[in-house]
Amino acid sequence: MASTTKLVDKTSSWQPTDGLLLEVDDLQVEFRTRDGVAKAINGVSFELREGETLSILGESGSGKSVSAQAIMGILDSPPGFITGGQVRYCGTDILTLPEEQRRRIRGPEISMVFQDALSALNPVFPVGWQIAEMFRKHRGTNRTDAMAQAVRLMERVQIPGAKQRVRAYPHQFSGGMRQRIMIAMAIALDPAVLIADEPTTALDVTVQAQIMSLLKELQTERRMGLILITHDLGVVADVADRIAVMYAGRIVEQADVFDLYAQPGHPYTEGLLESIPRLDQKGQRLAAIGGLPPNLMHIPSGCPFHPRCRYAEDVCRADPPPPLREVGVHRLAACHVSERLLAKEGTPAQAGPAPATGAGDGGGGDAGAHHGDHGDERGGDGDMDGDMGGDGDVEGGSGR
Amino acid sequence: MTASTVSSEVVLRAEDLVKHYPIRAGVFRRTVGWVKALDGVSFELHKGETLGIVGESGCGKSTLGRTLMRLEEPTSGKLTFGDVDVFSQRGAQMRRLRRDIQIVFQDPYTSLNPRKTVGDIVGEPLEIHPDVVPRSGRRRRVQELLELVGLNPEHISRYPHQFSGGQRQRIGIARGLALNPRVIICDEPVSALDVSVQAQVVNLLEELQRELGLAYIFIAHDLSVVRHISDRVGVMYLGQLVEIGDEDQIYNRPTHPYTQALLSAVPVPDPTLRNARDHIVLTGDVPSPANPPKGCRFHTRCWKAQDNCVTEMPGLDLRPDGVSEHASRCHYAEPREVV
Repeated sequence: MASTTKLVDKTSSWQPTDGLLLEVDDLQVEFRTRDGVAKAINGVSFELREGETLSILGESGSGKSVSAQAIMGILDSPPGFITGGQVRYCGTDILTLPEEQRRRIRGPEISMVFQDALSALNPVFPVGWQIAEMFRKHRGTNRTDAMAQAVRLMERVQIPGAKQRVRAYPHQFSGGMRQRIMIAMAIALDPAVLIADEPTTALDVTVQAQIMSLLKELQTERRMGLILITHDLGVVADVADRIAVMYAGRIVEQADVFDLYAQPGHPYTEGLLESIPRLDQKGQRLAAIGGLPPNLMHIPSGCPFHPRCRYAEDVCRADPPPPLREVGVHRLAACHVSERLLAKEGTPAQAGPAPATGAGDGGGGDAGAHHGDHGDERGGDGDMDGDMGGDGDVEGGSGR
Repeated sequence: MTASTVSSEVVLRAEDLVKHYPIRAGVFRRTVGWVKALDGVSFELHKGETLGIVGESGCGKSTLGRTLMRLEEPTSGKLTFGDVDVFSQRGAQMRRLRRDIQIVFQDPYTSLNPRKTVGDIVGEPLEIHPDVVPRSGRRRRVQELLELVGLNPEHISRYPHQFSGGQRQRIGIARGLALNPRVIICDEPVSALDVSVQAQVVNLLEELQRELGLAYIFIAHDLSVVRHISDRVGVMYLGQLVEIGDEDQIYNRPTHPYTQALLSAVPVPDPTLRNARDHIVLTGDVPSPANPPKGCRFHTRCWKAQDNCVTEMPGLDLRPDGVSEHASRCHYAEPREVV
């Protein structure tokens, strides 16, 4: 079916050169609120190629969803404003295009799957009608044909009894089925780029596995560029080709998935990998990252991660923040001490971190002192110092 | 990890807990059926132990937590705390008993009253149970509790919105600790938190357990977190425990097909294992608990189902797992490595 739909409208003026679909270049977004200006995105740059899966990994407030909204052109404005940068789709900056033309990109070219299907779907229209709307609005397909296309799409995303259920309403479906319907809508016009914003976060693990394999399958079939936004390090390890880790509105590390998990090049990534419990290992204590992510209205000077970083040195506290620079083959990191982390070869973070501060520059002590500033999450800090050394052996499960 | 602190003393014993909710329909709100949220759940919880309860949405794990707290009246079954029959207690006796079993809720944003200060929230249990701490000492006790959970005691007169998610969950834990309980039921206590903060709260729960000898019922859908914190784990499906055993038995030698499918679906943060792991893909959705399948509840989705699975419900009996034996509700239980 992919080919038939393609024939209808894809005379497409949009042709990627060298498979390069999307270039985000120094994107800046801020939210102007009554309490002040929150700098949600502070210079984000990345590229996406055909058939590639780029995972944007980050915690709440890191700016990963806002990036997606800015690319899609669905940022709530006000309060959100894009204050700088470019988003180039097939070489054209789409941020400066008039709304009329953007609409022709949103859906047919770049499309999006949201986290919460129940609130993203319209509760008062049947799901088939909502999928068919894509064809009617964008392609001028008549009702009967659009509905037939909707049924075919529902079959494609493996909704059992698609023909009968095309007239059902969103609330009559389970969470997993609703997410499939959203995916059907997103791929309806055969987009070149699909952005999936936490597509499985609200779902149970068995359903999550089904949805991820469906997404993967569709991507291969259509050679879509997929941007997968998530906070789940497990999902990322399973599907991503490349990973961009975000913190406080910046990309702090970008690397190939295998390289990143083998040896993170940024202390934040390292901290994340150490702080998650693993299904296949009964660990000792979790090495929590002390402190809290920064308030986006008062981002710390220098590297935004320095108050929580166990390697922090004077240079990290001073402006300008470390730029995202090349620290290895195909890998970028925004950190002054990246090289030192990457030198810790052969000790994958998840297999038990070497006591990193053993390098002897008192990094651990620094970290402690800084958490003191934060005061509030003191429980976490205590953990930190203790854990760095104590997390060495992990195979405790077998010992019991 | 906590193996040394677990004693053989049983603090909580659940026997055949059943909770059915009526389905009402029509003008007269007649009962037309029952949602079998809990259908015969039995287990023991030892002093200082963490029993993890896992399962997917709708399997009854939260109903179990609420029933153990007696926030829901059970349809039938027996719950003993020490040697007291919990469900037969009334009035003052029940109130006395509530001191010993406390709960920490999932969502730190909705489970704290936004119009009360932290001091009021954490101190409220002390007001309800005035004989635990004399009035003059309450403020100090609240500050001690805040300190215990790693919050600044000087923040006693702040409001919940002034704290982050992780800090709010610490407030919820402080409230749970106020009456020196022996059992805390944690209903998805870290699910709403970011990973870096989640680890802080998990560590806190473990520390408190060691210091205070608490027993936890840790209800969660995240199998990795449950493995990390639990001594024993129970797996629920459609209102029943389908498998229960030591953390090692459940994760390394699961014998129930559902447990195996569940574990195989959890992604592991290691890309090198991408194709190395066995993925068992379940078809279809969980059947409705209003009309659960006859026989083994899992037979409609099970790849091993035989004729007798359809007619005969397997008991939660000890079955061999290759090394030892643990309880599993499957006629054809056999160990399989999926993690």
